[in-house]
Order: sequence, then structure tokens, then C-alpha cells
Amino acid sequence: MIHFTNVSKRYPGGYEALRDVSFHLAPGEMAFLTGHSGAGKSTLLKLIALIERSSGGQVVVKGQNLNKLGRRKIPFHRRNIGVIFQDHRLLFDRTVFDNVALPLIIAGYSHQDIGRRVRAALDKVGLLGKEKLYPITLSGGEQQRVGIARAVVNKPALLLADEPTGNLDPQLSKEIMGIFEQFNRVGVSVLIASHDHALIRSLNKRVLMLDHGALVGDGFLRAAHGA
Amino acid sequence: MERNRTFREQKEFAAGRGAQVRRQGLVYGLRNHFLRHFQTLFYTLGQLSRRPFSTLMTVAVIGIALALPAGMHVLLKNVQTVLSGWDGAAQVSLFLHRETREPAALSLAEKLRARPEVASVDYISAEQAMEEFRLLSGFGEALSALEENPLPPVLVVHPALTRQSPDALSVLVEELGKEGSVELAQLDMQWVKRLYGLMDIGRRGVWVLASLLALAVLLVVGNTIRLAIQNRRDEIVITKLIGATDTFIRRPFLYTGFWYGLLGGIIAFVLVQASVWLLASPVNNLAGLYNSAFRLAGMDLATVGALLGGGLLLGLLGSWLAVGRHLRDIEPT
Repeated sequence: MIHFTNVSKRYPGGYEALRDVSFHLAPGEMAFLTGHSGAGKSTLLKLIALIERSSGGQVVVKGQNLNKLGRRKIPFHRRNIGVIFQDHRLLFDRTVFDNVALPLIIAGYSHQDIGRRVRAALDKVGLLGKEKLYPITLSGGEQQRVGIARAVVNKPALLLADEPTGNLDPQLSKEIMGIFEQFNRVGVSVLIASHDHALIRSLNKRVLMLDHGALVGDGFLRAAHGA
Repeated sequence: MERNRTFREQKEFAAGRGAQVRRQGLVYGLRNHFLRHFQTLFYTLGQLSRRPFSTLMTVAVIGIALALPAGMHVLLKNVQTVLSGWDGAAQVSLFLHRETREPAALSLAEKLRARPEVASVDYISAEQAMEEFRLLSGFGEALSALEENPLPPVLVVHPALTRQSPDALSVLVEELGKEGSVELAQLDMQWVKRLYGLMDIGRRGVWVLASLLALAVLLVVGNTIRLAIQNRRDEIVITKLIGATDTFIRRPFLYTGFWYGLLGGIIAFVLVQASVWLLASPVNNLAGLYNSAFRLAGMDLATVGALLGGGLLLGLLGSWLAVGRHLRDIEPT
């Protein structure tokens, strides 16, 4: 699903966010990306969603070499990836329904398809009764679920999440991770950037550890700590 | 159980639904495409109506800018109507050789009347001309001192209305000049030509004015759209993040420009028609004093079409320029 080969990213000004990173995420796999803040987690996710481009090495997603993907093809690449942000990035002047429907409207689905799929997505994140509300009236955890519903409504094969539980209490965080696990069980590849080690340990998934832009660990936290 | 259901859905999607969408491909796609354009069209109109005051301000500026050249055009059209009435007064004077006798002159007049491009011919004998001249010129006594009448007999030819283009008239004058007993054929139309010259300048002036104000409309729409883009920066970033193409993001802004242009055109139409309506009764009074049946005319259908179409195109073009210039700068980070 995702192949990184000797990938580096240097921002204008010389800051090196990623150094010689190589890893492979198989289709249907779920993994965490961890490390201290500024270790390059967000940058790595941005390279996959083509929000940034790598300065060296090769990024291949779903068999597509992103180095060779032209500017005009970026939107179609992003439609295959569901991205979840720490700050949700919802449109506050539109209802929950309209927020979740946006990827489908962009992709050109018919009115009936949109209604059906949006309700299915909201059902999966447990927000079915709230489709007519505005995001501002929802709690932080609910807003994050709207963000997740929007990311999965187009049924992408790959989900990326950048600190999805950053602002949530442990109980809500667990619920959110449960939703990701559900999607992973039906074959969606999931890559989650998080520094919540306790939560990651409890889930027993593959962990990629970044330190100052370099990949320093690839394995399971649970074994290391014996929890 | 729950797991089975979602798994089935997923498989159904992968195998069936996706393929179905692709199979219905073209018809489905086209229908949705037009439907989306239609929705965007009315969505943008709804958005404009939610900010009635600022919308009205922008639209009024565009309307006034469009009304100026449109009003000038209507004015020129009316002047043209007045002139075409005077055009009928164009006449050709044929000064005959002085020794031409009356029967010869009359038979020439008869011959000329048979020509299709001639409406009527009046004969003025040398004596009549002298009498007229004596009465009108005020040289009465001095003229009596002359031994013989120095004036030639004259045939006044009124060309048929259908032959009154300046070129056709000069051809006619040339032909009449070749008649045997004609010494000089003169077209009394110099002043009409001069007026037409003035009208040409007026028409050119309308174009210059229209071009400048079209530029103003472009700038007004462009600037308004630029502000709209800045106000919706976050929305643009988010839609780009979830896979919106530039075309998709551009569409609502283009339709907003479309509405600005169309509404501006409608306001311009109302302004011009209201001005015509206000001026109509004094102008008609004046025409009455000149014994003219002239009535001030408003815009004809072609002008209305050009006004609305032009406004609409300018709105589209202005927003297209603004969007092309500013949308590329907004990228998610």
C-alpha cells in the first residue's frame, strides 16, 4: 500500500524533517507512527497525501510513484486516501451531513448515493442522529468523529490520521481507536501518527518510531514493555 | 454478525457498486455534471441573497458602468432616427443649359420620372427661378437692371427612398449629369454627410467609453471575487485536502461572477429605460413643436440582449481572471 524508499524531506531554509526513511505498509495493515513532537510524523503523512513532496528518495502509494504524479492528478490521488486531522478541519458554516457529504460531492456522486453513503458513514461513527446539527454544537470527540466519517465516506483503501486523539480524554481516545480498528478489519489500511504510547501499547499494532527525522524503530511496543 | 454485515457491504462496494457506477458511466456522469452546475448556479445566487446590501452595492456599480455606454447607444439610435427623416429631403438639382426650351426640359423630366431610382421631378423654369430669387434674396431692384435672365432652368429630382445610400446617390448624380441638356448636377446633401460624420464620431465615442467601462466592470468583479476567495480560504484548503480539483473550486466563484454580471446588466437596463421614460414626454412635446411624429425610442431587443450578454460575459471573465490568479496561491500545508 505504502512504500518509502530512502525518503528525505528538507524544507526551504534547510530544516531536515525526514532522513533516509524506508518502510513498507502492506494492504490491509494498521500501524502507528510515533516519536517526539517534531520528529517528522506529520511530514511523513503529508508526503503520502502529497501535501508536501519529498526532496529525495521514492514514495509509492497504491503502486503509484508520487514523484511522477503531476499537479493536476493530485486531487484524484487524495480521493483514494482518507485523511483525519488533529484540528478536524470541518466547515463550520455547514451541517454535519454537508461536511461528510463533501468528498462525495467533489467526486460527483448522485444525490441518492450521497444520502445513503453519508448516513452509512455517520452510522459507523455513532453520529446518525446528528446529521442536521452544525459542528460548533458538537463536543471535541464528536467533531473528530465527523472528521472520521468524512474521511471514510468515499470508502478509501487507505486512512491517514494525524494525532486523531490529541485533544481527547483516554476514554474518548479509546473509542476513536476502536473505530479505526473496525475499518481496518474490513480491509482498510490505516496509518496513525500519535505520541500517546499508553494507547498504542494497548492496541498491539505495528509501530514505526521516528527520531529527528530518522526511522529508529519498527516493531511492536507491547513486547518491548511486556504490558 | 455486525462484522459480517460491514464486510459484506465492503465486498458489495468493491465488486458491485463501483462497477455499476462505471457501467452507467457516461449518462450518469453527464446527468450529474449538469445537475451539479445547476445546483452551484442557485447555491451561489442563494449566497448572494444572504448578503443583500453588499451584493446590491457591487451590482449597482456594475449596472451604472454598463448603463453609461448603453444609454449613449440609445441616444445615438434616436438621433439616427431623426436624421433618417431628414434624409428624405436629399434632392438633386439639375441645372440645364440656359438655351434649353421648356418642351425639351419637360420631356427630359418625363424621361427621368420613368427611372426606378427617381421618385419625382419638379420643373422650375428660368422665369420662376428669377421670380423666386427676386423675392427671397432681397436683390429685387438690382436684378431688374439685368438685361437678360442669368438663371438657367432647373429640374429638381427627388430620389426614391430605397436609393438613398450615399454611394447610390452619387452614382445617380453622375448619371444624371450625363444627360444631354444638363449642364450641372448637384447633390444637396453635403450637410447630411457632415451630420453622418459627426454620428460616426459619436459611435466611435460610445465604443471607447464602452471599452473603458468594460475594463472597470472587470476590475470591480475581479476585486469582489478576490475578496470572496480570501474570505473562504479555509474552505478552499479543506476541499483541496479531500480531493477537490481546481475546476470544482473555481465553479462557485465563476457562477458568482456570472450573477454579478447578469444582475448588473439588468440594473443597467432598468436605469436606461427609466431615463428614456423620464425624457420621453418633453422630447415628444419638442417634436410636436417641429411638426414631427418622432417618438423617443427605448432599447430594442438586440440592444437588451447585447447589454445582458455583455454584462454576463464581463462578470464571468472578471471572476475567471481573479480565480486563476489567486486560487493557485492557496495550497494546504
